[in-house]
Amino acid sequence: MADVNNLQQDLEQQGIFLSTVNRFYNWGRRSSIWPMSFGLACCAIEMMAFGLSRYDVARFGAELFRASPRQSDLMIVAGTVTKKMLPQVVRLYNQMAEPRYVISMGACATSGGPFRDGYNVVRGVDLFLPVDVYIPGCPPRPEALMHALITLQEQIDGQKLGHLRWYGKGEKPQMHDFPVPTFGAMGLEVDGKLVDPVGGLPLLSPYTSPENGEHKSGQLEHPQIARRFPIMDPAIELESALKARGMSPEIAANDLKRGEVSDA
Amino acid sequence: MLKTEELQINIGPQHPSTHGVFRMLVTVDGETITDLKPVFGYLHRNHEQLAEMNTYQQNMPYTDRLDYFNAMANNHAYAIAVEKLVGIEVPERAEYIRVLMVELTRILNHAGALGFLINDMGAWQTQLAFGMREREKILDLFESASGARLMCNYFRFGGVARDLPADFMPRLKDLLLAMPGFVDEMERLLRENEILLQRSEGIGILPQELALAYSVTGPVLRGSGVAYDIRKAEPYSIYDRFDFDVPVGSVGDVYDRILVRIEEMRQSKRIIEQIIEQLPDAQGGYMNPKARQNVRPPVGDVYARVETPKGELGFYLVSDGSTKPYRYKVRAPSFINLTPLGDMCRGYKVADVVVILGSIDIVMGEVDR
Repeated sequence: MADVNNLQQDLEQQGIFLSTVNRFYNWGRRSSIWPMSFGLACCAIEMMAFGLSRYDVARFGAELFRASPRQSDLMIVAGTVTKKMLPQVVRLYNQMAEPRYVISMGACATSGGPFRDGYNVVRGVDLFLPVDVYIPGCPPRPEALMHALITLQEQIDGQKLGHLRWYGKGEKPQMHDFPVPTFGAMGLEVDGKLVDPVGGLPLLSPYTSPENGEHKSGQLEHPQIARRFPIMDPAIELESALKARGMSPEIAANDLKRGEVSDA
Repeated sequence: MLKTEELQINIGPQHPSTHGVFRMLVTVDGETITDLKPVFGYLHRNHEQLAEMNTYQQNMPYTDRLDYFNAMANNHAYAIAVEKLVGIEVPERAEYIRVLMVELTRILNHAGALGFLINDMGAWQTQLAFGMREREKILDLFESASGARLMCNYFRFGGVARDLPADFMPRLKDLLLAMPGFVDEMERLLRENEILLQRSEGIGILPQELALAYSVTGPVLRGSGVAYDIRKAEPYSIYDRFDFDVPVGSVGDVYDRILVRIEEMRQSKRIIEQIIEQLPDAQGGYMNPKARQNVRPPVGDVYARVETPKGELGFYLVSDGSTKPYRYKVRAPSFINLTPLGDMCRGYKVADVVVILGSIDIVMGEVDR
């Protein structure tokens, strides 16, 4: 622990309990992290296994899954975040009481994972939320989630009340809510500006680190790169589409991709 | 009767009882539901589009993530589809291993599904903890065979990825010894529970004609009294060698679906016992040595279907002669079983919605794909 010195440990062994406000506060907070019961996809199954008898997260004081964001401290983003779901995820985060933490569970929540190339998949929830702990894996084992929880507890141990991003003096970056995007016709929009188009690349940078709260790195992750999806792009022809023509004309007539093939 | 104003309520997408991210737009008159509109697409992660950008072999791990509760059954459907398209033979031993894995999947799915259903009724995690306890035992077996707990990615075109480990069979036999006790305990817990009976008997009735009209499959259809199981109706793999029954319900309510699932667990156990008997005599290895994984199927299309724990899972593949599928369509049982939800809920109380939804047993990964 960050602010435990040797004298304090010596005294504790003799039965004299000394504490600082920081340590007492952190001890209380780390020992009763209440996660939100909020599963998005496959990882939610492992999250349930993590809460039930075999892995038994109650040992770490985090067994009380709350269904309401108002009662929870930790959001485990367990699964693929799609562009349709993202506004709700950000809104749930805004509704949580501070201090609040985010674990990005699995490859999908961290970067899009195996579905990264999908037109409707958000490439990492950290584009819109500050993430405290990332877990790799698809899906991560419950042990990995437990390790993430312990890592989060260690982070909480290092907190100082005067410098917390929620209570600290200074600029207090988080006094307002995080911008909730809307799912418009072209993709995710913030204040009417397109930030993550459907079928394109995100036009914003991820949050740098939990220490910096909502500060962005300031650079666009992807400058405007033209991106092509074979399914939408008429310029891309299938490998041997003409060869496939003869087999089922009734499918060919209704097919999106088939329209691009000339009758030659 | 007093006329009251109608009210619209949103259930979901973040709701502990919606089994993922699913939203129901419910119109209520007092406590009674007058209309229910399902809204989905919150987990639409472009499975089919990505599959058309991948090669046939690359798609196998993606099928795990369709219905993430039973990865093995999805693997089976996809492997059968591609094998039919390319014309790959599967050795006998591989078929036995496949059916063994799929039937274990059925047990763990039903154990989990009943747990979630009872959880939705308000028994806070008790039944779920029992179900998940059994599930973990089966997942250990999966892990020893395939290397992964949840996303097994175990099947290959022409067989399975590797042979069963040496200690698999003794551990499976131990598991089966404990199985009847677990299923009986579960049944007693459910059948002799007054609260459960009141919340499930006569609730969410799906009449037989309606079920057929909506082309519902799986335990939901069998709960409505139609003895339709693809394992019997159109035996694929080696299901014609096994002796098992297809349980059916009589009323079509939530309670019937619970009973059908309990009985299916027993029937799966019966099949596994027959596999244990027959597996030592099976010919061939775990894999067809001539089968190639980077397939290039001839021009044509194929539809192959299997009976997963949730119903009929079918893959429709169109090949244009290249290494990637030209069209890849998933006939997902959860999606089709969800369509009669509005008709099943109309007229019941608002508290019954989550129970009826739980009894359909959906997985959003498969509904939205």
